[in-house]
Amino acid sequence: MTDAGGPGAIARLRDLLEGQNTLGNSTRFWYGFLVVVGFMFVYPFLTNPFVLKVNTDYFVWMILALSLAVVWGYTGIFNFGQTAFFGLGAYTFGIVGITLIEVTGGTNVAILAAVVVTVLASALLGYFMFYGRIRGLYVAILTLAVALTGNLILVRTTNTTIGAAELGGNNGVTGIPSLTLGGGPLSVPLGITAQYYLVALLLVATYLGLRILLNSYYGYVLLAIREDEDRTRMLGYDVRKLKLIAFSLTAGLAGFAGALHAAWGNFIDPTVMGLTAASVPIIWVTVGGRDTLIGPLVAAYALQSISTKLSTVGSGYTNIFLGAVFVLVVLFFPDGLIPAIVARWRERTGDGHDIDRSNTTEAEA
Amino acid sequence: MAVVESILRFLVLLLSFFGTLALAGLGLAVIFGIMGIINFAHGEFIMIGAYSTSIAYGAGIPLAGAIVVGGLTTGAFGLVVERLLIRHMYDRLIDTLVATWGLSLILTQAVQIQFGGTFGSIPVPFGTFQYAGFSASMYKIVLGLTALGLFAGTYAVFTQTTYGLQARAAMQNKEMARSLGVDTGRTYMLTFAFGSVLSGIAGGLFAPLTVLTPTMGSEYIVEAFVTVIVGGTNVLIGTFGAALSLGLIQTPASQLFGTLGGRVALLVTTILIIRVLPEGISGVVTSD
Repeated sequence: MTDAGGPGAIARLRDLLEGQNTLGNSTRFWYGFLVVVGFMFVYPFLTNPFVLKVNTDYFVWMILALSLAVVWGYTGIFNFGQTAFFGLGAYTFGIVGITLIEVTGGTNVAILAAVVVTVLASALLGYFMFYGRIRGLYVAILTLAVALTGNLILVRTTNTTIGAAELGGNNGVTGIPSLTLGGGPLSVPLGITAQYYLVALLLVATYLGLRILLNSYYGYVLLAIREDEDRTRMLGYDVRKLKLIAFSLTAGLAGFAGALHAAWGNFIDPTVMGLTAASVPIIWVTVGGRDTLIGPLVAAYALQSISTKLSTVGSGYTNIFLGAVFVLVVLFFPDGLIPAIVARWRERTGDGHDIDRSNTTEAEA
Repeated sequence: MAVVESILRFLVLLLSFFGTLALAGLGLAVIFGIMGIINFAHGEFIMIGAYSTSIAYGAGIPLAGAIVVGGLTTGAFGLVVERLLIRHMYDRLIDTLVATWGLSLILTQAVQIQFGGTFGSIPVPFGTFQYAGFSASMYKIVLGLTALGLFAGTYAVFTQTTYGLQARAAMQNKEMARSLGVDTGRTYMLTFAFGSVLSGIAGGLFAPLTVLTPTMGSEYIVEAFVTVIVGGTNVLIGTFGAALSLGLIQTPASQLFGTLGGRVALLVTTILIIRVLPEGISGVVTSD
């Protein structure tokens, strides 16, 4: 991607992508990045469809992790109910997809609907929270309460039908269409490999897009809000509006990931909004390092793979493992594992000072 | 007669919703009000209270005694959690939130492994309350009255004991309290244990009314959260007012739209209230 155009183009692109708000601004990082992305794209030739299928879902989770890192890590909004929006996107995609697949033949409208519905729903909730100026911890427990109440509602939807979709209560929605490419009569449903490539591409695009956003002027304002809300307001920024925008757009991204997840499994059920599900993205972001993007990505992939392995060997210890990792990281590495590793490595090698950590203070209120 | 009946029906339902909200929220509110932290494992503390009550009841201890055992067991557990975990994070509010959330995952799964999906239930005591065509479980009335009793007890602890005095001092001005010789670390430890005892008692009181499962805590956590949000930081007046006003919403909502409607109404009311009262009821009663 960066090798398109002359050296001037690369420099301009790097200028957009790099800055002190994200980890990884060295040439070495970008070589590593290209190797990882290159591996992602040749991976289908090296493995079987089952592994590809599983990895596609990990990529979806990684998009969810990114959305939480931006809203929680960078903006300081303790959205602990991001799975409510993930689930809302998934259910919307399911309902619209099942209803329209016969009519339009594709899932484009369903994807769009999933994003629009989550953005609107989160904007409504965000309006009451941010324009009421409630404090940090209240946002955390209120958003979680929203997710848990969503779970309660979905559990009671046995025999409820919206459009052509049967919500099915605890059993969930089945028969959700897979993603399609193209529009109208030309829509083609994607196979396992094609879906893998599409989601991988979306993940890379989301990561790079968010890097550009965070290193832009708007990104700096988001960080200013996290560091000192009152001071940012005194400087003339409409903090309520900016928080509302950040909250609803990241919720929309989570809803988008939810739609991909529903299309991936052709299925969605209420556990997605439960207490355990809500904690999982929080764990990725905490363990990875909440003011980085790369940390939550690595943590989401690693912890999801480990959880899958633990549950396939039939042990009931997955949540104990996740919970223990969570507690230990919070106790001993409050900034997350990836920043801790990077700091240790820099201490040893004494180079790569692309972030001056001494200027930034903690996000805690 | 029909009028008296429907008024009675309303009042009994109100008392039972008030009791549930107040009991679910009080332990969380004590810890939040004094220490400023939210215990995300609060639901699991309620679960521990319910399980230990059930174990004590199964061992032949009468229900009231079993509930006390449940409260004390949860209190002891809370003390351990505070020493091992919470005290390292007094100045890191969000870290306590996420750490206790991790704890909640561990507790749920550990209880699942140890005791399986469901656990010994306790029969509902006291029979039913009968008036003309109306009947209600006497226990639900007792639940509401016990909640009132716990408010009185908590009030007494905070006004009559040295611990209560020091806890209020630590809440109002931690640095000043410290410089006057209050060991705020010890006060926080006792506060966490006290809040845990209240959560455990709540769990014991809920035990006869529900199926004991490892995930039962999540049944009560929404109630606890909305009570604390609406109540704010004022432990007694805030929580009492929140439980009462939310009960007044939940009662007609659940009569009109069923149990689920009542719970959705709780959440919607809370979201509407924060727009006008960001500090909850405490913001109205506390002037500063």
